[in-house]
Amino acid sequence: MDSQTAIDIALKFAAISVAFVVVLLVVAYTVLAERRILGFIQGRLGPNRVGPGGLLQPFADLLKFILKEDIVPDKSTRFIYFLAPVITTMAALMTMIVYPFGPEIRIPFTNTVIPLVIAHFDVGLLYVLGITSVGVYGIMLAGWSSNNKYSLMGGLRSSAQMISYELALGLSLIGVILLAGTLDLAQIVERQSGWHGFRWFIFFHPLGFIIYMIAAIAETNRVPFDLPEAETELVAGFHTEYSAMKFALFFLAEYINMFTVSMLATTLFLGGWNVPFAEDIFGRGTFLFGLVSAIGFLLKVIFFLFLYIWLRGTLPRFRFDQLMSFGWKILLPFALLSIFLTSTLIFLFPNLF
Amino acid sequence: MLVLLFILFGAMAIGCALAVVAQRNPLYSAISLIGVFISLACLYVMLAAPFIAAVQVIVYAGAIMVLVVFVIMLLNVEEEEHRRSRLRFLVPAAVALAAVLIAEVAFILVSVQESRVVPTSSASDVGLTQSIGAALFTRYLLPFEITSILLLMAIVGAMTLARRSGLLGSRDQLKRD
Repeated sequence: MDSQTAIDIALKFAAISVAFVVVLLVVAYTVLAERRILGFIQGRLGPNRVGPGGLLQPFADLLKFILKEDIVPDKSTRFIYFLAPVITTMAALMTMIVYPFGPEIRIPFTNTVIPLVIAHFDVGLLYVLGITSVGVYGIMLAGWSSNNKYSLMGGLRSSAQMISYELALGLSLIGVILLAGTLDLAQIVERQSGWHGFRWFIFFHPLGFIIYMIAAIAETNRVPFDLPEAETELVAGFHTEYSAMKFALFFLAEYINMFTVSMLATTLFLGGWNVPFAEDIFGRGTFLFGLVSAIGFLLKVIFFLFLYIWLRGTLPRFRFDQLMSFGWKILLPFALLSIFLTSTLIFLFPNLF
Repeated sequence: MLVLLFILFGAMAIGCALAVVAQRNPLYSAISLIGVFISLACLYVMLAAPFIAAVQVIVYAGAIMVLVVFVIMLLNVEEEEHRRSRLRFLVPAAVALAAVLIAEVAFILVSVQESRVVPTSSASDVGLTQSIGAALFTRYLLPFEITSILLLMAIVGAMTLARRSGLLGSRDQLKRD
């Protein structure tokens, strides 16, 4: 191994660490934002005591999680009980490396060009789907290894739900792949940069976008699809027996998953880092263009995160049989229809693409 | 560097494969099998076939094994008891078959060393999505379509069998639900 390879590997590790830190910070403040916004929706204040406006609340929570007693159930299957939260968090974080956070950024007064994506991967989209599907195991194994019937029910529900909605999710993405002609996320974003940065795939594939959003909420186990942790029926579902830092890992994974599906929605449907007219104002390849694009990307993601919180404050929960029949009998046929519509569009107007 | 990674993932695959056979608890066997699939996917990535790797993870680790684990959890299969005497006669057969397999692998290793074929470089586009898609829908279209009909037949067959043996309930009962 020569020194150039070593430097490359070290740089990749540094980039991954930076991305993880940024994501974890955003996630920490998503939790705070969720509590404040829910408070606003329900006509109360929410946490506002720690730091100015409650801004230090995430760190106080983290400290609390670290200091709490870690209780392991007596009859649990030890090894898997410890493995489950690790799988969940790892699977949630691993998808982070393929998302293009922005175009290449040129550092002012130097010739250094930094791409705002960690790994160019020919099958980036499939990689994301694959890692997400591995994440199911964490929840299933957590439910099984706790040796608690509520946990087991939660784990089973969650895996059934995720398998069912993964189908609709995958099918809703096929339209985007047809439009882009590639699975590389960075190239998918590039294909959406026409029309002054407004050629977003949502305009060609709106039905797929709606199906993706519904399936993504179900994939992340959020309201109104949070059956695996329905507290009125199952105590806390698959993480009933988890406490302290291991519970924190599940909690973290849920919010990281929210973040990643929001990033995927932004990348595939809302043009990724393409900000309308940014190219006309700043010119491609300049530092300001990169900065504006990256901020635009983050704002779109934050919009989706806000949508999640808004839904949680608004909607009641599904019943489990309703959830299943909705996924298989409504979402899946409509996903197939959306593929048909998009293919027809591409066939009729081949010059448009 | 590549050799190190190859040894790492190869050892992971072999270790997990041994665990699949050695474990008494069916759930542990299933988890080890997932480990085998994931380390195989890593090996595919190193062979410049990212598409195959991704499909390996999605289909095997993400779909099939989820169902297997699901069934094990649902039936709550107990640990296998020590009833080895019934299958004792299979041991010599297993040893013989393993010897044949090892001989085959050794033969392949030797013949690869002797042949003059240049290995494909990692920069080739054979394993990329575009070339695989083009090949599947032009040159290998007929086998591809026949495979999909085969899968459809398997689905319909499973449904028929389940309905006949009363696992799904009669049609009237389905309608009432």
